[in-house]
Amino acid sequence: MQPIDLIVVGGSAGSIDVLREMLGQLPAQFPRPVAIVVHLPADAPGMLHELLASPERPRMKQAEDKEPIAAGTVYFASPGYHLHIETDRHFALSLDEPVHFCRPSIDVLFESAAEAYGPRLMGIVLSGANADGAQGLAAIAAAGGVTVVQQPDAAEMRPMPDAALRGAPASLVLDSRGLSELLLAQGAVR
Amino acid sequence: MAAQLAEIEVRLLLEAIFAKYHYDFRSYAMASLKRRLAQACDQYHCQTLTALQERVLHEPEVFAGLLQYLTVQVSDMFRDPEFFLAVRTQVIPLLATYPSIKVWIAGCSTGEEAYSIAILLQESGLLDRSVIYATDINAASLRVAASGVYPLARLRGFTENHRRSGATGSLSEHYHASGESAILDAQLRRRITFSDHSLATDNVFSEVHLVCCRNVMIYFNQELQTRALRLFTEALCNRGFLGLGSKESLRFSDVAPLYAEFASRERLYRKLGDH
Repeated sequence: MQPIDLIVVGGSAGSIDVLREMLGQLPAQFPRPVAIVVHLPADAPGMLHELLASPERPRMKQAEDKEPIAAGTVYFASPGYHLHIETDRHFALSLDEPVHFCRPSIDVLFESAAEAYGPRLMGIVLSGANADGAQGLAAIAAAGGVTVVQQPDAAEMRPMPDAALRGAPASLVLDSRGLSELLLAQGAVR
Repeated sequence: MAAQLAEIEVRLLLEAIFAKYHYDFRSYAMASLKRRLAQACDQYHCQTLTALQERVLHEPEVFAGLLQYLTVQVSDMFRDPEFFLAVRTQVIPLLATYPSIKVWIAGCSTGEEAYSIAILLQESGLLDRSVIYATDINAASLRVAASGVYPLARLRGFTENHRRSGATGSLSEHYHASGESAILDAQLRRRITFSDHSLATDNVFSEVHLVCCRNVMIYFNQELQTRALRLFTEALCNRGFLGLGSKESLRFSDVAPLYAEFASRERLYRKLGDH
């Protein structure tokens, strides 16, 4: 597989357990940055990064405005704000209109990441009940990046994986175990 | 490549806007700006930003419309109530020691934040000796702000946030309904001066005791953020207060050593005095 500089992940309803499984097996010295949008209510405390943090895992934190993207860190979007990536590879937050009624929106992260990273990007769409992420995954595919979708039959909610596959039909389709192995393997590829 | 071409088109468009209309968006954060420009392209049926640029240059009304995309007008009253609670309980008692109080709301959009601060000051009995300068670059937003008229349903939606900001009275005491509209009290409007001011191109116009600039600088690149923060630092009196948005901080800025964290969760900073 081509070299990847950033992995972006989008999940909604039914994605927390898969995310836990995927991130829960990453070693502390996992070398790649990961940026994640999970749909949560706007008033959620945004504690996912704290929930998943552990000394045996890579650093987990909320992405901050103007923060440079650092290797070996798992970033989460803050509830209520869109997470963008600028072309010089740092994060930017905004209160732009919700997309698919969502803020943060997966499309916003994925589309800006595709512009910044081109083919050196992997995008993963997980379980969810709406169509957010489909356009973003299509943008990643169009820029030559690697696109991956949770197997709709194995997802708790299949509308989001289904929509993602319509947006990027050539995507790898994997169950949660396959997704975990793929992510882990990114730690070995240089 | 497509991404690089888009970047060139954005830069040319922003140069053209600055040369013709003197609005400077060249130091805005690009990722969000590009999304909003793409929406404007759809709205004006332009295939490319270059096509949009032609219309913007030749049709001033297209520029007026585009300005609504370039400036983000999300504004609520008492957004992040804990911020206003901290201003009410920790900042206002210190402001009360000044004979007259000056506040600058920078990037006020349609005025909700300015009225929120005015309401806090009124509820603390300080409004009569306060002046609030509320500035923005968007003339259409400033007109809405100065009118003090909002959809009634929208204003009612801010009631709970107002309560959570530590208010003992009701938000409805500060406006009266007229049909589907809510008109804010004339007393509040009298203490606020809404005016055109650009953090990108203008300078400081007054000394103030409190600056609120929340969820504005996330739209700026680091260079413009620095410019804005330097303006605030120049405008603030010694020991004056700076309030930022809940996802903004001085962390990546060179003015950070000039401030102490005052209420760190609420992003309230206090300018250090002369030594």
